[in-house]
Amino acid sequence: MPRPTPPSLRALVRGGKSGAGLSPCMSSPCSASHFLLPIQIQSPRKYSSGGIPPRARLNNPIDYQSTPLLSHTPSSALVSDPSLPEDIHTQPCKRLNLFQAINQALSLSMSRDDSVILFGEDIAFGGVFRCTMKLQETFGSDRVFNTPLSEQGIVGFGIGAAAQGMRAVAEIQFADYVYPAFDQLVNEAAKFRYRDGAGGRHVGGLTVRMPCGGVGHGALYHSQSPEALFTHIPGLKVVMPRGPIQAKGLLLSAIESNDPVVFMEPKILYRAAVEQVPLGYYTLPLGKAEILREGGDVTIVSYGQPLYTCLSAIEQAEKDFGIKVELVDLRTLYPWDKEAVLKSVRKTGRCIVVHESMVNAGIGAEVAASIQGDEETFFRMEAPVRRVAGWSIHNPLLFEKFNVPDVARIYDAIKQSVKNY
Amino acid sequence: MRARIFSHARRGLTRPKHRSPPALRSVQHPGIRAGSSLSQRPDAQFLAFPGAVKSAFTSSLKFSVPNEYPAMETYRAVDQHGEVVDRSFTPDLSDDKVVRIYKNMLLISTMDMIMFDAQRQGRISFYMVSAGEEALTVGSASVLEKGDVVFCQYREQGVFVERGFGLDEFMNQLFANNKDPGRGRNMPVHYGSAALNIHTISSPLATQLPQAAGAAYALKMQRAIDPSIPPRVVVAYFGEGAASEGDFHAALNIAATRSCPAIYICRNNGYAISTPTLDQYRGDGIASRGIGYGIETIRVDGNDIWAVREATKKARELALQDGGKPVLIEAMTYRVSHHSTSDDSFAYRAKVEVEDWKRRDNPIARLRKWMEAKGIWSDAKEKESRESIRRDVLKAFSEAEKVQKPPIRYMFEDVYEEMTPELKEQMAELKDHLEKYPGEYELAEFEGGRDSLNP
Ligand SMILES: Cc1ncc(C[n+]2csc(CCOP(=O)(O)OP(=O)(O)O)c2C)c(N)n1
Ligand SMILES: [Mg+2]
Repeated sequence: MPRPTPPSLRALVRGGKSGAGLSPCMSSPCSASHFLLPIQIQSPRKYSSGGIPPRARLNNPIDYQSTPLLSHTPSSALVSDPSLPEDIHTQPCKRLNLFQAINQALSLSMSRDDSVILFGEDIAFGGVFRCTMKLQETFGSDRVFNTPLSEQGIVGFGIGAAAQGMRAVAEIQFADYVYPAFDQLVNEAAKFRYRDGAGGRHVGGLTVRMPCGGVGHGALYHSQSPEALFTHIPGLKVVMPRGPIQAKGLLLSAIESNDPVVFMEPKILYRAAVEQVPLGYYTLPLGKAEILREGGDVTIVSYGQPLYTCLSAIEQAEKDFGIKVELVDLRTLYPWDKEAVLKSVRKTGRCIVVHESMVNAGIGAEVAASIQGDEETFFRMEAPVRRVAGWSIHNPLLFEKFNVPDVARIYDAIKQSVKNY
Repeated sequence: MRARIFSHARRGLTRPKHRSPPALRSVQHPGIRAGSSLSQRPDAQFLAFPGAVKSAFTSSLKFSVPNEYPAMETYRAVDQHGEVVDRSFTPDLSDDKVVRIYKNMLLISTMDMIMFDAQRQGRISFYMVSAGEEALTVGSASVLEKGDVVFCQYREQGVFVERGFGLDEFMNQLFANNKDPGRGRNMPVHYGSAALNIHTISSPLATQLPQAAGAAYALKMQRAIDPSIPPRVVVAYFGEGAASEGDFHAALNIAATRSCPAIYICRNNGYAISTPTLDQYRGDGIASRGIGYGIETIRVDGNDIWAVREATKKARELALQDGGKPVLIEAMTYRVSHHSTSDDSFAYRAKVEVEDWKRRDNPIARLRKWMEAKGIWSDAKEKESRESIRRDVLKAFSEAEKVQKPPIRYMFEDVYEEMTPELKEQMAELKDHLEKYPGEYELAEFEGGRDSLNP
């Protein structure tokens, strides 16, 4: 059958790649389709969330090529994180993006430990975000396999395997689709050790990975960041890395951990975040925050992708207001490093929490309540704790730009925090 | 005719040779099965276990082996050459109506090709085509009543068209413009129409299936309360991949136990993104599960629009019999396209596999051959129709693309019936912020700009 394509379209399409994007459920922000924007079209309309005006001073796109949050040279990779193990200095590095770093962590852990198995929807061919590429070829289909399309099945299966001593690494295709597995995670994975008591059986071998967060056009069901639903559940560890080095070390810790871990991967970073990653096996500690930038005037607590947005806002605010801002990456969202956060806030007397998911009953609420509940910290406060987060709505396709915290909103929060008090 | 008979669930996979004793028959009557009454004659061949009232005793220890049962048959009325193979089949449509249905298939196929390319150009963010499945969706929808309630998965543009969804409506949704009833909130292809009784598409798979049972129950109750309401059914579409979700099993079971007039239509197209059916299930497709849940079931050739129509028509009758009951249709087809614009299916299946399928069978070509054999279609008509459809699609496309974006306010509306004080505060906060930082945001494209956020 002829393909009835309008002439102006045809020319463009034939020149481009066919399959393009990464995720069959949505194009990821860096998928090829986005590089095919036509020159011929007079006024290409932006389909997602209000374009950036040419005169923007704050809300400019994050430059992942230059952000100091990523290690652009091998030497910075080796010193980027004080919690990196000593022997890291002898390791060669390679430029990897986030999905490649995850892939490498999975590969290393499978080579080292025969009890590691990997499964989820569509993972055999590499997964819709390419995190499991080549792993089935390398480790065989007994250890790396597709599951039927059932999240409750996937997590329940992982719990059973972990209970019998395997290290089960399950992939949920999108965090938005984890809810069928909620019962398994909340009532089973989280309570397994508690319930068995002296029997000592547990499902610590379970790690559940899932891509999360907005990418600009994911709308209601391809943007969610449901970490707060899991941080409410004692027994689960909840982790969200900010980039490739972190992802690799934290994921290896998660797999090694004897507690079940929900491991959330900001999917916008899969391709956008590229850095020099040490090639060997290394772990980064769970339950430990990291100070990414020191400062004495305001503490910003965040995690995952918004850290980059925070940094842009901080750089501008520091110039404009002559202040120094401390930026803290929680990394593990539960059980979280309260000590590190309170210590920083005692120093600065001001705190802003930034996250993408809804503000109501989010991580920000827990951090703010912990600050006010700690006398020593509370009495040092110079300003109320502020939260910059998603509004109490579902992520709407066209309005994501106004929902997810942007540089201007974080900048303004810093301004409010340091003014008037 | 034989093949058109729905498999009767109660006969089930074990096919008992004996009829149940009369005393026990009433026990099967829906709703009044008394689980604890196990009275029976002393020499009975059957024991009325509460959980298996018709099971005969046997003295041979034997497990049922799935592949010792023949695969359920696939009904077709017209083969891939457009030739009628069911001798009892007579088309129930006038020539004009056949042509109208055919044109609807052409329309979605044309729209698919144009919108797929439009996504490649960055003019819309996402698209999913339904190539190969046009007969299944258009055909099944063509025998439904206006008042029937429909739940879709996402690849059912044919259902929308057939129920009267206009090209302008497709385009308004795809461009998420100010005329999109989804108010700019949803990803492309998440269509919905209150007027056409099609619930808005939701990405999470299989969630619509138990909902369809509840909706069907509601229709049944409403008719019991007010007999002047015409009988209605609910139709729910889903993929064979989605059928692995717990919700699918929950749905069939609750629909059966509550005798819900719901028709479950599985589009078995061989793939769930990259996952082939071999990784998805090991039983006899989705149809065999219907039997297990006590549901009348048929498998049809989903590329044969006549078979799909006949099966759905009959399913609708069945669903409304005996106070209502669910029916399962498994329509066999093939996903000719990539899963979506974000997918490159040649990463997991061979190009020749797709080419072979396209050559072997195509639902549009099949109906065309049938029409040509009947003398109601020609190359000239084909050419003219394709051209005029293409013009219509492009016209709707450029009109919808020009429409302004919906007001920003929509992001805060419809979370609840009434906007909560918290949301009102947040809306005011956003408005303040946009006022303070005018240079940071492009607002002109949204209707009403910042002012839409006024209380
Ligand atoms: C609960 C849930 N899990 C995962 C997904 C991601 N996903 C979207 S479509 C799809 C495959 C569905 O296959 P199938 O039901 O066979 O429908 P088809 O695409 O073949 O029409 C998957 C895994 C989802 N949308 N919802
Ligand atoms: Mg399918």
